[in-house]
Amino acid sequence: MSFLANASAFKPSRLVRSALLASVVALSGFVAAPVDAQEIRAVMHSGIRVLDPVITTAHITRNHGYMIYDTLLGMDENLKPQPQMASWEVSDDGLTYTFTLRDGLKWHDGGPVTSADAVASLKRWGERDGGAQMMFKSVESLEPTGDKTFVLKLSEPFSYVLELMAKPSGLPTFIMPERVAKTPAGESITDYTGSGPFKFVEAEFEPGVRAVYEKNEDYVPRDEPPSWTAGGKVVKVDKVTWVVMPDVQTAVNAINGGEIDFIEQTPIDLLPLLQANPELTVEVLSPLGYQTMARLNWLNPPFDNVKIRQAAMTALGQEPILAALVGNAEYMKSCGSMYGCGTPFATDAGSEPIMSGPQPDKAKAMLEEAGYDGTPIVLMQPTDVPSIAPQPVVAAQLLRQGGFTVDMQPMDWQTLVTRRASQAGVAEGGWNMFFTNWIIPEVWSPINNPMLNGGGKEAAWFGWPNDPELDEMRTKFAQASDEETRKTIAADIQAHAYEVVNYIPVGEYTIPSTSRNSLSGMLKMPVPVFWNVEKAAD
Amino acid sequence: MADKATLAAAEPVIRQRFLPKIEVSRLRFAPTLAAICLAVIVAAAILAPLLAPYDPIAMNPMERLAPASWAHPFGTDPYGRDVFSRTLYGAQISLIVGLGAAFVAVLVGLPLGLLAGFFRWVDAVLMRIMDGLMAIPSILLAIAIVSLAGSSLWTVLVAITIPEIPRVVRLVRSVVLSAREEPYVEAAIAVGSSLIKIMWRHLTPNTIAPLIVQGTYVCASAILTEAILSFLGAGIGTETPSWGNIMSEGRLYFQLKPGLIFWPGLFLSLCILSINILGDTARDVMDPRLGKGRNG
Amino acid sequence: MFAYIARRILASVPVMIVVALFVFLLLRLTPGDPAAIIAGDMATPAQLDQIRQSLGLNEPLVTQFVTWSGQLLSGDFGRSLISRTPVLTLIGQRLEPTLSLAIVTMIITLVLSIPMGVLAAWRHGSLTDSAVMAVSVLGFSIPVFVTGYIFIQIFAIDLRIFPVQGFKSISEGLWPFFSRIFLPALTLATIYIALIARMTRAAMLDVLGEDYVRTARAKGLSERVVLFRHALRNAAVPILTVVGTGFALMISGVVVTESVFNIPGLGRLTVDAILARDYPVIQALILLTSGIYVVINLLIDISYAFMDPRIRY
Repeated sequence: MSFLANASAFKPSRLVRSALLASVVALSGFVAAPVDAQEIRAVMHSGIRVLDPVITTAHITRNHGYMIYDTLLGMDENLKPQPQMASWEVSDDGLTYTFTLRDGLKWHDGGPVTSADAVASLKRWGERDGGAQMMFKSVESLEPTGDKTFVLKLSEPFSYVLELMAKPSGLPTFIMPERVAKTPAGESITDYTGSGPFKFVEAEFEPGVRAVYEKNEDYVPRDEPPSWTAGGKVVKVDKVTWVVMPDVQTAVNAINGGEIDFIEQTPIDLLPLLQANPELTVEVLSPLGYQTMARLNWLNPPFDNVKIRQAAMTALGQEPILAALVGNAEYMKSCGSMYGCGTPFATDAGSEPIMSGPQPDKAKAMLEEAGYDGTPIVLMQPTDVPSIAPQPVVAAQLLRQGGFTVDMQPMDWQTLVTRRASQAGVAEGGWNMFFTNWIIPEVWSPINNPMLNGGGKEAAWFGWPNDPELDEMRTKFAQASDEETRKTIAADIQAHAYEVVNYIPVGEYTIPSTSRNSLSGMLKMPVPVFWNVEKAAD
Repeated sequence: MADKATLAAAEPVIRQRFLPKIEVSRLRFAPTLAAICLAVIVAAAILAPLLAPYDPIAMNPMERLAPASWAHPFGTDPYGRDVFSRTLYGAQISLIVGLGAAFVAVLVGLPLGLLAGFFRWVDAVLMRIMDGLMAIPSILLAIAIVSLAGSSLWTVLVAITIPEIPRVVRLVRSVVLSAREEPYVEAAIAVGSSLIKIMWRHLTPNTIAPLIVQGTYVCASAILTEAILSFLGAGIGTETPSWGNIMSEGRLYFQLKPGLIFWPGLFLSLCILSINILGDTARDVMDPRLGKGRNG
Repeated sequence: MFAYIARRILASVPVMIVVALFVFLLLRLTPGDPAAIIAGDMATPAQLDQIRQSLGLNEPLVTQFVTWSGQLLSGDFGRSLISRTPVLTLIGQRLEPTLSLAIVTMIITLVLSIPMGVLAAWRHGSLTDSAVMAVSVLGFSIPVFVTGYIFIQIFAIDLRIFPVQGFKSISEGLWPFFSRIFLPALTLATIYIALIARMTRAAMLDVLGEDYVRTARAKGLSERVVLFRHALRNAAVPILTVVGTGFALMISGVVVTESVFNIPGLGRLTVDAILARDYPVIQALILLTSGIYVVINLLIDISYAFMDPRIRY
């Protein structure tokens, strides 16, 4: 219903209306020619600002990485590592990996890709990726042995090397020229030469407005059919432009009007505006969605007390939080697995407290037993990130119903990420609790999952659990050689993590993409990529 | 004359300078209507706990984005909270911010303006600082302050008030500058009255009328700025409903649920409109000189 | 006269210094860490520190300020901390949408408000006069974003005349440009229409009471000639002043309008930069807007001196 429907003062007369329409027709002679059929105009989930896919784990920068860089290994839809730039051989003792680069790999500036480039890139990656840091502790040497070959030698067993190098998210192993990879890991690169299927058009880059990629004519794709990040990356368009539309409402109108071809993330609430249009396809491209979760700070009271952490988990429930965040049963599901549901290590071990829904009375009883003194929980709420703003609001209500005193503090995301790094007490700018989201490939194993690190103040992720037992189990996982043992250890780790309330998963959701029907061949995978996509005339 | 003209030209709040008075005599019903309107809003704010059918922050995710109905006259928001209740409570925030900003701006600006008008050396330093503050676009300054210092009601109030202070200082200063030349003030100085006495007895009374008028504009502009800040996501948090943040949370849905923006927007507009009309009226009634002869 | 102008220019130097110092301190003394937004979700404390080090954010404040002012004096506004793009390039990219918005807004404003004001003054005391005045109070009181949404609802959603939001460069065609810029400009113009219509009316009323207007009328000149040739021309000084000051004031309106209509202009750049703690960008933008403000005020003062013979320096 239009809110002006009753305000007759605003109703234009028929005459005015036809006059206006007539002037539109008159002016429409100026309409610009239709966009080039070989250009895909896409609205991604955010504008790209950081162009270094190793310094940041931001998804938009990772997506940029997949456009212009290639990775040594790819991961196929069965979650198996596959050769992409390089193939490998493993010695019988499992300690020596020999990688060989395939033929035809060229940088965008024409130079050949060499093993020195690969080694330098891996080393930079090893300084910034959490899993890779763990791996490099067991690495004895990583050296080129020829123009096309290099060798990774382990000092002790670490059976997760290929999985880490092939992982599609977090920090994938994007390979850069050695001169670029030599940039200190804490400094952003400024040379955007890659060897991937697209080239970055630096001259047309406008942060916050648009980023432009053109087809890399020299790229030699693999012969296999594409499967996730493995297989042939065949580019079928000339150009891909990422257009930034911070208000997704604009994007919805723009795709309805044919001005853009693709929206990576469509807000569920706006689907009615899109589903009526027969020219559009709304579908979930990632078979694995997102995990949304709460992290409690182990350093500050009251969550330094494990019993109170358990009470908080008991007070929360997945359904109400998902309902406020997603609000549409088709795109959300409860899931007790810290590794995501539908993944190799998925298990419901230990998840009972959060999967039983909100239990306010039980939580109150637990709080009483734990001697909770009413210390307010400082719960940080980011006001400017729609995918994380609702969770704290609902959680605050649930925690209050469970007997907690909650001080929900709204702040922008930037303040939140700054403040969550503070290990100080609450009075000195510290915190007790916040929420964030991960895509499932970032949490799907005890090695990938950033929260499952018990390294305390020095090494653990924000919230800093000091949990040596967890780290021991994690090392065992990394060294286990067969799949079954790994699964058992993963389940034990999860049961333990729930027991001590390492973090609280509050459910999974998926986000549909919208594309105009002129696009075809969009790959269904956790990362939006633009190879294999064709565009017909609209 | 010259100095006055220069000052006047630099005055960024155009309203109080350039707004010629409305012919209130011809629109007598307007102030009455505005007063009634404002009274209703004040009553809504004070009586919100009694009038609101729901707790403004109690959510019900199962009933999110419900259309208007008898149970929810303005519908519900994305958290399933009652928009009518939130709008009523939102009046509280707007009035607190409006009155608070006007009060604090005068409280800080009056003494600074008195000092600047009286002492040349204070004037030189203070007015440079005030010029600098005024040169920063107030909305950007406010966004920066809130974004950097956290979004509570108090930071928002501070962020809104700071840019208003220079305007009050300027106003008071110009009143003092002209009052100083008056024989009774010169006489008071000559007989050696204490400074505080001169300022309090002779200068401050002159500032009251223009300050009340100025206060209404600060109030209206503060309410507006709060709404803009909230609307841009740099305002008060969602657990404190304000007209601005209700609208901000409704932005995504404005094609599907226009009521989320329309209702708080209507109240906001009426509130500011009423205050502006009352301000114009106050100017006409309290100080006829303000309405005329200030145009250059 | 020239001494006066020189004095006024000199006087604006300390203003800009105050602005620079204030903005710098405001940004650096309050919490916020660009390194955290660069690093993303998985960073550890050590990695954050590594980034801060490389951006020079670990240097003492005084050193940072000296470095920055040194760069400023040599015309270097630095690079964005986040995207590493030079700040001037960023501003250049966003200039067109904002300028387009400002210019179209001014055109709409002048086309509508001056006749409104003249009409109201001419028909002083009539119903027309009251109507014009009522519209102008409304224009002041309805927040820009509410006006914006009302226009979107009517013209874009109900009538489907214009696209809902967005911006297209004029180089992409006249209609794509105009259809997108018209509603935001009209929205923003409501404030200035209110302002300038009132100013025009007041100035005209002053002038219409003067002797030479009475003389002109007595000479039997047509009412139109009297109004536009004689009266309006003499009322131009105060009107121009408001136009100038209004231009400087447009900044806050621009921020909001760009947000409602999704125009990738300077306003949005500023808000984004603040949210990302992109210090060099925020500093440059606030300095820039303050500079524009100071320059416009300077021009107004100087034009006063030129145009109004009653003012002597």
